[in-house]
Amino acid sequence: MQKIFLLLLLCVSFAQGQETISGKVLDEQNQPLPGAGVYWLNTSIATSTLEDGTFTLPYSPENTKLVLSYLGYASDTLTVTSPQFINHKMKLSQSSELKEVVVDKTRKSLERNQVSAANVTTMGSKELLKAACCNIAESFETNPSIDVNFSDALTGSKQIKMLGLTSPYLMITEENIPSVRGASQAYGLSFVPGTWVESIQITKGAGPVVNGFESISGQINYELLKPINDIPFFLNAYGSTDSRFELNTHFNKKISDKWSSSLFLHGNTRVSKNDMNNDGFLDNPLAKQINVMNRWQYTDAEKGWVSFINLRYMRDEKQTGELGFDPDKDKFTTNHWGSEINTDKLDVSAKLGYVFPDMPFQSIGLQTSYNWHKQDSYFGFRTYDIDQKSFYSNLIFNSIISNTLNKFATGINFNYDKYGEFVNAIDYSRIDNSIGAFFEYTYDNANDFSIVLGGRFDVHNRLGAFVTPRMHLRYNPWEKGTLRASAGRGKRAANIFAENQSLFGSSRTFNVIDGGGKVYGLNPEIAWNYGVSFIQGFTLFGKNTEFVVDFYRTDFQNQAVVDLFASPQQALFYNLNGKSYANSLQVELNYEITHHFNVRTAYKYYDVKTQYSTGMEERPLQAKHRFFTNLAYETHIVEGGRQWKFDFTYNWMGKQRLPYTGSNPEHYQLGNYSPSFSLMNAQVTRTFSGVFEAYAGVENLGNYTQHKAVLGNHDPFGQYFDSSIIYAPIFGQMYYAGIRFKIK
Amino acid sequence: MLFTLVGLSVQAQDKKEVKKNKNAKYEIAVNGNCGICKKRIETAAYSVKGVKSAQWHQDHHDMHLILDESKCSIDDVHAAVAKAGHDTDKVKAADADYDKLHHCCQYERL
Repeated sequence: MQKIFLLLLLCVSFAQGQETISGKVLDEQNQPLPGAGVYWLNTSIATSTLEDGTFTLPYSPENTKLVLSYLGYASDTLTVTSPQFINHKMKLSQSSELKEVVVDKTRKSLERNQVSAANVTTMGSKELLKAACCNIAESFETNPSIDVNFSDALTGSKQIKMLGLTSPYLMITEENIPSVRGASQAYGLSFVPGTWVESIQITKGAGPVVNGFESISGQINYELLKPINDIPFFLNAYGSTDSRFELNTHFNKKISDKWSSSLFLHGNTRVSKNDMNNDGFLDNPLAKQINVMNRWQYTDAEKGWVSFINLRYMRDEKQTGELGFDPDKDKFTTNHWGSEINTDKLDVSAKLGYVFPDMPFQSIGLQTSYNWHKQDSYFGFRTYDIDQKSFYSNLIFNSIISNTLNKFATGINFNYDKYGEFVNAIDYSRIDNSIGAFFEYTYDNANDFSIVLGGRFDVHNRLGAFVTPRMHLRYNPWEKGTLRASAGRGKRAANIFAENQSLFGSSRTFNVIDGGGKVYGLNPEIAWNYGVSFIQGFTLFGKNTEFVVDFYRTDFQNQAVVDLFASPQQALFYNLNGKSYANSLQVELNYEITHHFNVRTAYKYYDVKTQYSTGMEERPLQAKHRFFTNLAYETHIVEGGRQWKFDFTYNWMGKQRLPYTGSNPEHYQLGNYSPSFSLMNAQVTRTFSGVFEAYAGVENLGNYTQHKAVLGNHDPFGQYFDSSIIYAPIFGQMYYAGIRFKIK
Repeated sequence: MLFTLVGLSVQAQDKKEVKKNKNAKYEIAVNGNCGICKKRIETAAYSVKGVKSAQWHQDHHDMHLILDESKCSIDDVHAAVAKAGHDTDKVKAADADYDKLHHCCQYERL
């Protein structure tokens, strides 16, 4: 049959008795251009290119002008004198360049995933810009799921909480590699400049098993800007009335069609001493930070390879304490109380991913990272030095079982941490290592139901051999309604000193009650987390509305309890003996008042209690009731990209339980509860063009400050000194302004 | 004359592809309207044992498929999708199956 066909074909071409001309048409990226028109000028002899960009056309010597045309490209006329093979690259036409069609549906800067089984909210880069400044610890202030605590005077860094639990119970990952952990727990988030970040994913409740066993209340993953779609140059300069200045510059270069690279430079400083409340202590530390990252991306879409390589170095210096403190003269003396915290950090990480070209649902990935974190610090006469060297690797294989409705991820990971830790020269150095394997199965019926079942088994030199089960499910009972549930177990070794560094700024003695455990004499922390959430979208008065309610409970089987109730002169650490739990309820209503004018409101209820030596008590510095609202308005983008953006956030915080100070002389007492108070932040951004924008704003508009921020401030070497009990801002109204400059 | 030639060449190619490809890629035209159609079309495709991935695109009215040809053929997918009420470029749905569709899903038949 085939032979006959060939024969016939030959007949046909002989019958035509002509020579042919052939060639290939390419676009600007040297990719074949299928469907391009090819014809001889002033004739009807025409064809179009095939899928691989090639064409064949009868040739006769009288036709010499060959025209190549394609919609959106400039037509070319070639002079052809002999039937040679023609290789031609077409250029986009300047005049007839296709106009982009803009669909006017603004992408929300804070987006809840409707499809995933876990309760994930994604914060886009637009949301990140709403915070005054400039590192990711501060970027959660407009997000109701995460509570940002007030920076204590000592460190100036803001701590975050989720579900009523502090950040050590969260797993924080950088592109799915655990990043803020161990020694970097206290300040790690403030070491990531916000401008480097592309988006943040916040998972409430049990996290996925793929990244490890440590997460208890949730996971925060931040994605850095990707060199392949980064802009060539970015500059951000910031200054504020608390004399903090920041500068961010990014450079990007596409080195070849496969390699691209970005260089990020960040510097920040606080140059002058602030004491708004006249207590003789700095309200926020003098600081200097230099932070440099070079990031490389390799992408070969055809073969399915992608790779990232990151190199990063950071040096951060902080100085705080009494106004008159001069480190050169007063360090380790009773002249003035003071503190310095110096941190060096070096990170090298590499990722390699491969997607099987004929099986886009199957991939294999390897993540590796090496981190070195060194902190040298002193607080009055107390010294604290910690040095952590970590190695992490994770090998992940993703594929399907029979079809893409049934997916799985499996793999192994390895973790090594070498700590050199000295508290007042007492050596707590140790080596931790673990190896684990995981398997996670996802079923999604492509309609209204999905479930993720995950489990991992780890062997850890201090935590032992253990299993970590996790589960998420999602069900859409009706249109725009999403019901979710999750449950999971987490286990971790508490780094009691690194996580509670603010306590060093007090005259408390640290007392670790040895429970025979392997981490500082304490047992590993183990907790179960269960949660349910429900989201309903609907239209109210013709506008999009979203109603969200979620409830999570964390139950500790064991906890490294930090007891500040026994005595104001002591910090006790011991194994949990009894109950410890955290209940969190959040009710949220989001409404689009008019086009480009959105309001988010949330009420949060926290019931967080622990069995202390003195009885069942509320966890200190945690408000039981909180109310949050955020108003965001932006004007239409007019010609040239000009736009105004306005943002306003209001936070109300109910009374918070305070650590016990009742046995102090009356002047050094704070009472059992803090007063309730509210805080307001506002920001205006003016975009002048796609290239340049400026912003200005105010934090703590109502100028609310904590009445007694530092207990015993007149006698910092006496027994009543305590700068760690911070429940409200110390610095009052703060104005800031900045610019952003982009070359696209 | 030319028409028969084309027909012959297609037949010849069909014979060559008899080798069992475990990850054979296909793109077929499937008529439909909306997101509900998408779910129905994809569910129908997945009901065929051997279909590994099925994605229907509302804007192009086409479905991208990856299937294991040792377990099924592309004709099985055409048949299953048509049975669900959606015309493909090869198999037309029975009128009875078409009529069963939700009224918003009753696409314009060609």
